[in-house]
Formats: sequence, C-alpha cells, structure tokens
Amino acid sequence: MTYIAKPKVHHPSLKKNEIGLTRRDYEGAITTLCAGCGHDSITAAIIQAFWEMSIPPHKVAKMSGIGCSSKTPAYFLREAHGFNSVHGRMPAVATGANAANGDLIMIGVSGDGDSLSIGLGQLCHAIRRNVNMLYMLENNGVYGLTKGQFSASADPGSTAKKGEANTMQAIDSALLALTLGATFVARSFSGDKAQLVPIIQAGLAHRGFAFIDIISPCVTFNDHEGSTKSYAHTREHKVEVVQADFVPPADEITADYQAGTVKNVMLHDGSWVKFRKVADDYDPTNRDNAYAHIRDHQRKGEVVTGLLYLSGDSKDVHDQNDTVPGPLYNLPHDQLCPGNDALQKLQQQFR
Amino acid sequence: MTSRVNDFAFKIATANGTGSASANGLIMQAIFRMGVPVTGKNVFPSNIQGLPTWYEIRVNKHGYTARTPHFDLMLALNAATYAKDVAEVRSGGYLMFDSSWPLDEKLKRPDVTYLGVPLAEMCNATFKGVRERILMKNIAYAGVLAALIGMDTEVIAALTKEKYAAKKALLDSNEKAIALGYDYARANFPCPLPIHLEKMDATTDSILIDGNTAAALGAVYAGATVGAWYPITPATSVMEAFKGFCMKYRRDPDTKKKKFAILQAEDELAALGMVIGASWAGARAFTPTSGPGISLMNEFIGLAYYAEIPAVIVDVQRTGPSTGMPTRTQQGDLMLCAHASHGDTRHICLYPADPREAFEMAAKAFDLAERFQTPVFLVSDLDIGMNDWMVPKLAWDDSYRPDRGKVLSADDLEKARSFYRYLDVDGDGIPQRSLPGVHPKGAYFTRGSGHNKYGAYTEDGDEYQEVLDRIARKVQGATKAVPPPVMKPTPGATMGLVTVGGCHAACVEAMDLLAAEGIKVNYMRVRGFPFGDEVRQFLEQHEVNFIVEQNRDAQLRSLLMLETGVHVEKLESVRYYAGFPMSAHHVISGVKAKLEKAA
Ligand SMILES: Cc1ncc(C[n+]2csc(CCOP(=O)(O)OP(=O)(O)O)c2C)c(N)n1
Ligand code: SF4
Repeated sequence: MTYIAKPKVHHPSLKKNEIGLTRRDYEGAITTLCAGCGHDSITAAIIQAFWEMSIPPHKVAKMSGIGCSSKTPAYFLREAHGFNSVHGRMPAVATGANAANGDLIMIGVSGDGDSLSIGLGQLCHAIRRNVNMLYMLENNGVYGLTKGQFSASADPGSTAKKGEANTMQAIDSALLALTLGATFVARSFSGDKAQLVPIIQAGLAHRGFAFIDIISPCVTFNDHEGSTKSYAHTREHKVEVVQADFVPPADEITADYQAGTVKNVMLHDGSWVKFRKVADDYDPTNRDNAYAHIRDHQRKGEVVTGLLYLSGDSKDVHDQNDTVPGPLYNLPHDQLCPGNDALQKLQQQFR
Repeated sequence: MTSRVNDFAFKIATANGTGSASANGLIMQAIFRMGVPVTGKNVFPSNIQGLPTWYEIRVNKHGYTARTPHFDLMLALNAATYAKDVAEVRSGGYLMFDSSWPLDEKLKRPDVTYLGVPLAEMCNATFKGVRERILMKNIAYAGVLAALIGMDTEVIAALTKEKYAAKKALLDSNEKAIALGYDYARANFPCPLPIHLEKMDATTDSILIDGNTAAALGAVYAGATVGAWYPITPATSVMEAFKGFCMKYRRDPDTKKKKFAILQAEDELAALGMVIGASWAGARAFTPTSGPGISLMNEFIGLAYYAEIPAVIVDVQRTGPSTGMPTRTQQGDLMLCAHASHGDTRHICLYPADPREAFEMAAKAFDLAERFQTPVFLVSDLDIGMNDWMVPKLAWDDSYRPDRGKVLSADDLEKARSFYRYLDVDGDGIPQRSLPGVHPKGAYFTRGSGHNKYGAYTEDGDEYQEVLDRIARKVQGATKAVPPPVMKPTPGATMGLVTVGGCHAACVEAMDLLAAEGIKVNYMRVRGFPFGDEVRQFLEQHEVNFIVEQNRDAQLRSLLMLETGVHVEKLESVRYYAGFPMSAHHVISGVKAKLEKAA
C-alpha cells in the first residue's frame, strides 16, 4: 500500500523539465492496484502531463473520494498534499479548499461509483459552480473496491463477471456534464495515453471545472466479454471526434494546418488547444452539437472520445464571487477583524 | 389589580406575515430605551403566512429574562386564537381586542378587563392602500399599548424617525398610526393601567441582540473567511448576518472585492465538506446548521475528528427527533454533538447561555478548532439564536491574535529535518500540521482510513491504536481550554443545581424564588465539553444535584454521569421539553417534585 516508499534514485541523465525536475519527481508511492488496472495507466498519463507542464508538485492538491480510483492520488506527485475524503464527497472538500486557496492547482480523481451514485449530487453541483479544478472520473462500470457490483455507468445489457445482465439505464457522465453546463468536457481511454495527456494538460490550464470521463477497465471484475467497459470493447468501439493538441503559453501557434481543418481555442493562461477535425461535423465549441454527436454515436454502440466541449467563456467560483486576488487563508487578521471601535459603533443599532 | 411598575408581561397575538414584527420590535426597543430591562420571545409557526404567531414581552426591573407563562395583558388580535389567548390572561389582567367586530360573549371572562379598540375601522378610515391598512393596524396597536403601559412618547417618536429617516411617506403613516392608537386609548381607558412603565437607568450598558447575529459577529471577529451552509431554521440567520457583516467590513476599500467566500451548499453533507476542505487548506471556516443538518454531517464529522482537521459547526438546536417542530426550541442535540459520527469520537462543545456568550464562544470556537485540530461545536438553540436578548454590550480585545495552532510555515518546513503529520512532538497529543501549496517538505496524505503516527496508511492494530489514543488525549486536554463552568455558591446550601445553555435565565430566577421559600442550592452552569475536574467535584460535593435541561432523555445528566463517573443517585433530573423556552416555574416545580418524592 502507500506506505511502501519508492526508492528515489535518479539517473543523472534523466531528462529534466523547465524547473529542473525529472519525471520521477512526479511519481508517488508504488501502486497497490491490480496489475493491468486501467487506473494505473491514467496515473502514468497524469505524471507525464504534470511533468511536461513543469508544475511544481507542492503547489498541487490531489483530492479524491473512496474507491480503487480514489486511491490513485497516492501514486503520483509525492510532494503534493493528498486528500482521500469520504465516499462521493470529494467535490465539496475540493470546493472548500479552492475557496480558501484559489492558487492551489487542484486535481480530483474519482470513480464511477464515487461520482455517479453516492456522489452524483456533489459532482453536479461542482460542475454547476464551475470550481476551478481538473476532475477525472476513472470509469470502469463497476465498483472495484467492493468487488464487482454494477455501477451507475454500467450499460444496459452488459453483464457482470458471473453473467448477470444489467437492466438499468446507464448514466453517461459526459452527457450529464454537458447538460449541466460544464465548461470543459472530455472523454478518453486509459489505454490511449497519446490522447489523454494533452487533454489533461488542457484541463489543468482551463479556468473552471474541467471534466474528463476516462474509460478505465477493471481487469479483475469487468474485463470480460459482455462488459462494455473492457479493454477489448473500448478499443473496438472508441471513435475520436477531434484530435486535441495542447500548446503551452510560451509556444507560438503556427499555421501548419489547412484552414477549416483546425480550430484554435485560447485558454485563460494564454495556452492553446488546437482541435484537428476527425469527424467533419464536429464543433467542440458548440454544446448542442457535442451532445447530439455523442448521442448519435451511442446509438451505434460507439464511444466518442476526445476533448468534446470547451467553452471560451468560463467564470469560476472566485470570478463569480468577486473575491480578492490571491488566497483567502492567509489574509492578515487586521484586514479581517473590524476591531473594537467598529464593534462599539455597530452596537448603536442594537440599542 | 394592584399597581405593578416595571414588572409585568404581555403577549401580542397576530397572524404570521401581517407585518407585526416591526411593531413588536418598536415596542421592545422603546421599553429598552426607557432604561427598563426587557426581553422578547417570538413564538412563531413553521409557516410563512397566515398561521397564528405570538410575541411575548417581559418587563422586569430585577433583570429576570426567562419566559413567563403569566400574562398581565393580552393583545388578542387574531380571531383564530381568541379562545386560547383569553385563557392565558392572568386573573385580574387585561385583554385588548379589535372591536371593529363584536367579540363572542362566550369568550368573556369576568376576572379580565376587556379593552376594545376599533383598530381595523380606524385604519380603514385613515389609510388608503389595502397593504398599508394591514401594516398600519400593527403600528396602531403599538400606539394603543404605548398609552396603556405608559411608554415614553418621545422615545417612540425618536425611534420612528430613526427607522424611517430615508422614507418620508412611511414615516408619516407610522406617526399617524401611532397617534391613532395612542389617542384612542387615552380617550377611552384609564391610562396608564396599573401595570405600567416608569423610566429607569438599567439598560445603559446593554444591547438588544439575538444569538445568531452575535454568533455571526464572533465569526467575523475571529477572522473566518469561508462560510458554507444549507438553509435550515433556526440557523439560517447566522449566515445571513455573517454575509451582511462581511459586506460591510470585508471588502477591499478600492476594488470592493470580497475577502470572504460564502458557499451555499447543495446540502449539509456538502456544507461540512466545504468547511473541511477550506480548513485543511488553512482558512478559518464554519457552517451553521441545526439537528437535521448535524445528522447528515456525521460521516464528515468523523473524518475531521480522525484526520484532525479544524471545523467550526454552529448548531442552533430545534426540537427533534426528525423534522420535529422546526420553530420550537430544545436542547436535544447535547449527546449528538458530544459524540457525533461512527467509531470512538468525542468533540469539543461550547454552550452559550445568551447572545453575548454566543459572540464570545463563536470566536473562541475557531481558536479551539485550530489549536486542537478537531471539530468544535457551538451548541446554541432557537431561543438564544432567534430571540432578542438584553445583554451587556459586546467588547473586543484588539490585542487578540488568532490561535492558528501548530501550523508550520514554509520557513519552519525548510529548516525542519523531517515532518510527520501525526507525530506527538510536544507531548500534548497535538501534532503539527502543514498546509497544501506551502512547501514540498510539508506534503502528506490526509485520509479517514487507518494511519500511523507518520501519516502513512496502516492496518497494523498497534499503530492504529496509538494514534487513536493520542487523539483521545488531545481532546481531553481541551478541558482546560474550554470556558470553565459558571459557579454560584449559596451559603448553607447542601444541594446543587446544574444546567446548561439557555436554561440559565430560568435557573437564576428559580433559585431566588426557591431561596425565598428556604430551599437553597449551589449553582453550576457548564459551558464546555469535555468537562473539567471542577464539574466532577461540584457534583461529588452534594448529596443531590438537580440537573436542569430541555430534552426528554436527560442528555446532560447522561453526559455528566458518563464523563465524571458520579453516582447516578446524586443526579436528579429536572426537564422541560415542550418546545418553549424554560420558565422559572418549570425549574421550581421540578425541584419541589423531587424533594417531595424524597421526603
Ligand atoms: C458511506 C460509504 N458507503 C459505502 C462505502 C463502500 N465503498 C467503498 S469504495 C466503493 C465503490 C467504489 O467504486 P468506484 O467509485 O467505481 O471506484 P473503483 O473502485 O471502481 O475504482 C464503495 C461502495 C464507503 N466507503 N462509504
Ligand atoms: S479491482 Fe478493478 S478497479 Fe480495483 S484495482 Fe483491481 S482492477 Fe483496478
């Protein structure tokens, strides 16, 4: 488990990022998840994304609920504060931490049980508030940690390991996020790091709630035939609508794509997302279109992936609340306490 | 009736939503400004419009502020409750009614003097708009009352002017309405009645304030920057007041940007989650709620206790169980707050008795939460929270600096050889903590699952137990930091009277009345949990202690028994829990009943 400290031996020739850190500096404890668990591949993508962006690990807060997926924050960014809260309630804790210190770079990792059953309300409200964080839903269609019950994202007709078929509708978290007005919605696959890394990076750069649903097969309880969240099924049925490249703020956008096939969207920190069209009719800045597109493909049994929707106009909780710049937690007391004179004056109105 | 100057009570019966609150407030404030001690209690329904509502005002020159069930004068202005209201008048008392309509003869009592005032008729003749006619009827009854009990007309005039300084039209109608009532009463009744006011000088250093406003002020003064909540009666006004004060005091003078964040959560689970997240990240954060909210918060309370995260929870108690009577008062959450959540837990609780203590203890709660890195409950109730109390003026010591506890700065961490979150470095059970984003060396993993003293995950029994035992020691250490009990010895007394919170007023009055009958008691009011040793000593010292509280199951008595180990036979329970504030007679009759049984 997470108390197994990973030896921190660096090879001198390891490649360093802009702040002089190697990829190993972005790792955490050795994973205790099952070998082959999709969650571990996502962890690797997270490490890669943060390292490439040269984010100081200790500026990051890693939030999660309870579940196999929620354990993963222990496995990346060891110099960041982590918080395993309670089942399904990570969004609230993240919202509070963000209110106290808006300068924290916040990443939340959750599971489909955590997010779509016990925590569905909290997820919805975090989206509605547009809390400035990257929220990754590691979606395997089952409860991993409690050993294989169907989750709310299990597709109707898909079967459990012992053959029992799911009869209920699935909650599609990307459609949910779009409906609720999320400002950043993506779907990816744990087995597609090339797609996932730039999406994570764009999500980190996005000001507001960046939601990524990631199909992340559970090899132990949901990787059989009959599962729609298995490696095989996902590989066969996933279609990418756009290829999203993340371009850091310092890099210039060059017109290396033909007009009409590429769309550039600037994020608040000056970085860019370059959308290269794969599907002709796809416009990732049009919410209705994104919704319809996902539904159309769903009917054909396909899973649409990529950065599905990005709003160019996103106001997070601090923008909405009009709070002072910088964190609230360390404002000096004399700026917070009105003092005894004010108290005496105020009390005139209580006489 | 013999003349009773500055010692009487009256009650105003109206319907909810008719605008009587401002008239009642005016009456209270005018009496207060005459220098006469006064308290007001709102008895209101869980409904927005139409149902009966009452306002009780007690005038008492000795400063007794408990509720009294005896009314010398009833303003029976709600036909729906006439019968009930008539029955509540003290024999020899008065009843004022709206004589625009005839009063049912069956409702007339021979021992009560009836004062009919054609309020509706007069207001209909004087005011034009429908809404204005209804509103001004209230102000008119205030005018009648002013004449009946001899309120100072200059004080009323000044108050009205202050209130409507910016609204000339309203000022005119208010003045007209007061005069309507006042002149009618003077012309038709022997004014003032034998129960009446005379100017005193007993309120100069006091204010009229409700406990929720005071608690909110405490949070502002303590430097709380994050408030998260979900609306619930009777706690709602805590956050409303906090917001109001923050808008006044907490905005950047140039940009008007806010130095606070108020998060209206989707439910109480989320509200406490937000508080925990904010506190974990270093802010002083709190949530106001009531019993049903605490029930929902239980899982998170356990997390904050075990992961050692500060959190301030203001519990404005109402009656339970379940939805109970949302607008009635009780002390039904004493056990719940002391031991909330699953597993072994024990929480620091503060028990204010009035709004002044609500202010002081609210501020204190943040210091204790941060010092001990644990949830702290401010256990108030509806009576304290929503009623106007006369309390000594609030004061703030400007030399106060928040006690942030053992939070390591970037510098501390830089210099430290190592940092382990849950190590008992100083031997007081309180570990050091670090905040996210401050320094790479401060990183640790916060979790509600088993962890050892180094902060690492563990399922090793010994390691788990070591941490759990330290937390117990830590919280026990708070006995010296919570406010000590208020004790009042009585020479020659061999029995004890023990209470908590808002029962204080009733107990103080009851003790005087009991002493007049030769029943002497020593008094103790507990103000903090866990209890200190002086609490045990007080109980031990007496053969019998009467434990006065407002709940069915004697929760304070149970806590005292569990915590102090004092024998059950020493603890006699005196309870009243019908939902109204306790009166002295509840205490007296309870004590006497126990004494008779023993005799
Ligand atoms: C209040 C509460 N109820 C139930 C549980 C048990 N529980 C732990 S993890 C989990 C489900 C996790 O599923 P998911 O979020 O999909 O994560 P996965 O393990 O599949 O990655 C459940 C039901 C709990 N910890 N808390
Ligand atoms: S049970 Fe499933 S989700 Fe959990 S670690 Fe194993 S493979 Fe991953």
